[in-house]
Amino acid sequence: MSNVVDGDLTVAEGPGVPRLKGRGTPWRERFFEFSLLASLAVGVIFLGGLLTYVAVEGWPRLDSRLWTNFPDLINPANAGAQSAITGTIWVIGFTALYCLPTGVLTAIYLEEYANPNRWWNRAIEINIQNLAAVPSIVYGILGLGIISRGLGFGQTVLTASLTLSLLVLPVVIIAAREAIRAVPQSIRQASLALGATQWQTIWRQVLPAAVPGMATGSILALSRAIGEAAPLLLLGGLTFITFNPTGVHSQFTVLPIQIFNWISQSRAEFTALASAAIVILLVILLAMNSLAIWLRNHYSRRW
Amino acid sequence: MNTSPSLRRAKVSLALSAAAILAASACGGTDAGSGQSDGSTLSGSIRVDGSSTVAPLSTAAAQLFQQQNPGVNVTVGTSGTGGGFEKFCNGETDISDASRPIKDEEKAACEKKGITYEEFQIANDGLSVVVNKDNDFAECLTVEQLKKIWEPGSKVNNWNQVDPEFPDQRLELFGAGTDSGTFDYFTEAVNGEEGASRTDYSPSEDDNVTVQGVSGSKGGLGYFGLSYYEENQDKLKVLKIDDGDGCVEPTKQTVQDGTYKPLSRPLFIYPKASSLEKPEVEAFVEFYVENNAEIAEKSLFVPLNAEQEAELKKDLERLREQHTS
Repeated sequence: MSNVVDGDLTVAEGPGVPRLKGRGTPWRERFFEFSLLASLAVGVIFLGGLLTYVAVEGWPRLDSRLWTNFPDLINPANAGAQSAITGTIWVIGFTALYCLPTGVLTAIYLEEYANPNRWWNRAIEINIQNLAAVPSIVYGILGLGIISRGLGFGQTVLTASLTLSLLVLPVVIIAAREAIRAVPQSIRQASLALGATQWQTIWRQVLPAAVPGMATGSILALSRAIGEAAPLLLLGGLTFITFNPTGVHSQFTVLPIQIFNWISQSRAEFTALASAAIVILLVILLAMNSLAIWLRNHYSRRW
Repeated sequence: MNTSPSLRRAKVSLALSAAAILAASACGGTDAGSGQSDGSTLSGSIRVDGSSTVAPLSTAAAQLFQQQNPGVNVTVGTSGTGGGFEKFCNGETDISDASRPIKDEEKAACEKKGITYEEFQIANDGLSVVVNKDNDFAECLTVEQLKKIWEPGSKVNNWNQVDPEFPDQRLELFGAGTDSGTFDYFTEAVNGEEGASRTDYSPSEDDNVTVQGVSGSKGGLGYFGLSYYEENQDKLKVLKIDDGDGCVEPTKQTVQDGTYKPLSRPLFIYPKASSLEKPEVEAFVEFYVENNAEIAEKSLFVPLNAEQEAELKKDLERLREQHTS
């Protein structure tokens, strides 16, 4: 901390004293590098601390009971999170299924087809960015009113996935647009010059080149979705359910809701259980992200 | 029927069969392969939602019931008492958990949708007021003193302002978040108006956070359900409360017999009349009511007293007669 303060002083004095320029530069260089490292350290240390804490707390309960048993409030030693684990996989799986194609197609339209000089296209663009900043509970209310009640889907996996899709769609669209925009214009022109249609250019040139960026955006989007509890509580995510989803019309619960429920129990055994469930949630998240990274590497090689 | 004078007298009506069909079709098909139960042939699913305070009770009831009736899927949600009634009166759930009686506007909402229901008190809960383990001066607070501390706009921030005999010790307040039934009940009982509270305290929806806050600050004071005190007795000290009849400590005994005032509260379930026509829901509610003492104990709540128990049994009898006739 004191280093940062010293560094600040150096920088603050620097511009006012021009003749020190030659001597000051290495200091500033080192300070700059140090602040970059310090910023990185903040994130890494907190993440490391959190992971260690959760792993240590949850260690006694990190065994097969966690994924073979269902919730049990009477006897904490028997409690497990199977319905929450399968619920999370179902909900996030369908969320990906709904939001990734929709998001990518929207991005292609906005980047490749829409005329940016038309005011309505600009309005759509600005509103997509605004939507990305809407609090998740608002999507929960929307999901309850329109999807659950309006469309009559009820409190099901389908409602939850559609609501989470809406929640993360702006992130997917924005990331996919960035990825498409990063493909050099010369590649499109070369493709068109060789006689390819616009669709062939997009499908064979632009999309493969944009896949790595899109995959990264999708990771971020689905990572946000997997940690959401608030909108799903509103949509009827359950705290006690002893069966796994059997289809999109099943009732369900997800890990964040189960964790929240356990952490607020009065008995201390449930705290360990909640920590163990957090570890499982992180494992699922890492597995999902690894898949996306594998896909990214696979596709970027092909192009 | 819609203007029944007492909410305990809600009646089963044939006109509601439409709602029953709707509820049944909403959750059909998920549990086809559930025939091999020992003795019980009941199947189907039961949706319980509502107060997060009552949820442990309903969960314990569901667990014990499912041990005997593996073909029935009981699910419990925690939308909160208000959120639970909202869904209940929209026909989305079979049973609503509540940590307070149903409000007039909620009754009206149910009436509008033609939903009638029964009301059963299934347990008692006491709100305990706790201080730090090292607090050796406070033993008992009057309701007046509590009000002085918690009323809206209160400027009390030192223990010697609560009682001149208390030492000069900063008062640090921890309490329930404004969305909880606990907050509603505490403010109503202490400040006389639901939701009226000072706002400069550390609020949390998670009572374990309050436990940690109070156990970590010498001048701390907080309130939550009795089970949280009982599970953390080594870290906290509970205060006696004086409502004009002397100091009373919250225990299972004093909460059960009603001498711990005014922070004892009844907990309710509201089964929907049309759902009760389904054998699995009726069986579940009967099981819940008959085993209320065991269920309360398993989920760390205070069982009913003899008088409440008798009334509950009477309600159950009446319900059975309705169904056999």
